[in-house]
Amino acid sequence: MPLKTEPVTINLGPQHPSTHGVFRLKVTFDGEQIVDAEPVMGYMHRGTEKLAEERSYVQIVTLTDRLDWVSSMTNNLSYVRTVEKLANIDVPIRAQYLRVICSELQRIASHLIATGFLMQELGTFGGTPLMYCFREREKILDMFEMLCGARVTLSYMRPGGLIQDAPPEFWERLKIFTSEMPGYVDELESLISDNEVVLARTKNVGILSDRVAVDASITGPMLRATGVRWDLRKAHPYEIYNSLHFEVPIGSNGDTFDRYFVRINEIRESIKLINQAVEQIPSGPIRTEIPYFFKPPVGTAFSSVEAPKGELGFYIVSDGGISPYRCHIRSPSFINLTVLKDLLVGASMADLIVIFGSIDVVMGEVDR
Amino acid sequence: MSTILYPENLLEILPDDLKNSINDTNSDSISISPSEVLKFAKFFRNDPRLQMETIISLTGVDYIEFFEIVYHLRSMKRNTSMIFCTQIFDRSDPNLPSVSSIWRGADLQEREVFDLMGIRFTNHPNMSRILLWEGFNGHPLRKDFEYIDLTDKNNAS
Repeated sequence: MPLKTEPVTINLGPQHPSTHGVFRLKVTFDGEQIVDAEPVMGYMHRGTEKLAEERSYVQIVTLTDRLDWVSSMTNNLSYVRTVEKLANIDVPIRAQYLRVICSELQRIASHLIATGFLMQELGTFGGTPLMYCFREREKILDMFEMLCGARVTLSYMRPGGLIQDAPPEFWERLKIFTSEMPGYVDELESLISDNEVVLARTKNVGILSDRVAVDASITGPMLRATGVRWDLRKAHPYEIYNSLHFEVPIGSNGDTFDRYFVRINEIRESIKLINQAVEQIPSGPIRTEIPYFFKPPVGTAFSSVEAPKGELGFYIVSDGGISPYRCHIRSPSFINLTVLKDLLVGASMADLIVIFGSIDVVMGEVDR
Repeated sequence: MSTILYPENLLEILPDDLKNSINDTNSDSISISPSEVLKFAKFFRNDPRLQMETIISLTGVDYIEFFEIVYHLRSMKRNTSMIFCTQIFDRSDPNLPSVSSIWRGADLQEREVFDLMGIRFTNHPNMSRILLWEGFNGHPLRKDFEYIDLTDKNNAS
């Protein structure tokens, strides 16, 4: 005799350890199966776009730190590149190299967080992979501290360059880091990639097809996991990426495992990129001086970079004043949530957290 | 390196009936009237010479005399991108056909524009506030938005 079940609506969040901020999900279950899911966001809306309309172009750099707080460098980079495009500011070559080194370090840090917390949410190891990830991330944060004195909210970049050059200790630490990191990635992968529990929980869970991903403007590792080889660093090279060689790792299935696997391989590619950039970096100035209250010409500019979570873009409208007339942020986390319902419907209750974790969103960027 | 399709490149591709509906062109985008948005969007998405299968960004700007909605499109197959925009002059009830049936990526972005700028997208599957709460008074990204004191219990909506 079949059991008769009634749909039950359950509220997940807004305060929940797995939501990476404050995010609410209204989920309807039929037994163990999810039949409907509705994301409710905005609990961390701070009005960044409105605040930007009342600050000078240099001050806004600090606002961008607080969008995706695990990858401040790429947020800074995307913003300052847009301002530079708007005002036609040239950036010295040394600054461009340092920006690439910093972005790639930040990408490693962000992917370590994504991987570590995904494993934590699987609940399989009592926190071991997370601690492995955090141990390495800590070294990156120490290096950032040498660059600018801050560990998380960095504000290291300025329109026109960087705030200061890297000290000699930074290069020593970076050399040690890049020589040790491949070994640590292998160590981390040995815990995860062949683990039967992880494979059973992540393979064929939360499958996203490439057609849906492209239609729904999904970017970043989530898009590449579906098998679309699209990376802005290759497709539209910015800074000095076209003088560096690297591969764009892709997945085949678009499931949770592929999203994890793409990230782990991107860490390896980032180490390669850093090594090449350190070899090639020339000496010279690190900033084109601009006045603190500088006024770009009237006009609009859109520019985006490949942030760890996807394509982060800024659209700035200038009316010739000291602050932007409009500053729109195209945030990858927010738009990647478009397909959350597709991924969840049909999955079981236990997979909900894992699927959400594999999208790798940070609510500061979703709600802005 | 991806190529940006400027208005002069687009004018070569567009058929005559669409070309005549263009209101204005500037250095980097073409401007069309709100009622023509769907027709253009379908063409940009389906034309084999354009294949704009992704909407990277959809946003609004309040220029006080009018609202401008800016669409940034990209073709991953052809590695090209383009911009088009539309102007809405009605301030009391600004509305525009939704393109979320053509690009799903516009879904959340249109809701965000509705929430913060107050532009209603017709035929959108779920046109409701997304970042602010239901019942919030006003649309913060409009230039005439007045700040409210949220600590004042009587004033907070």
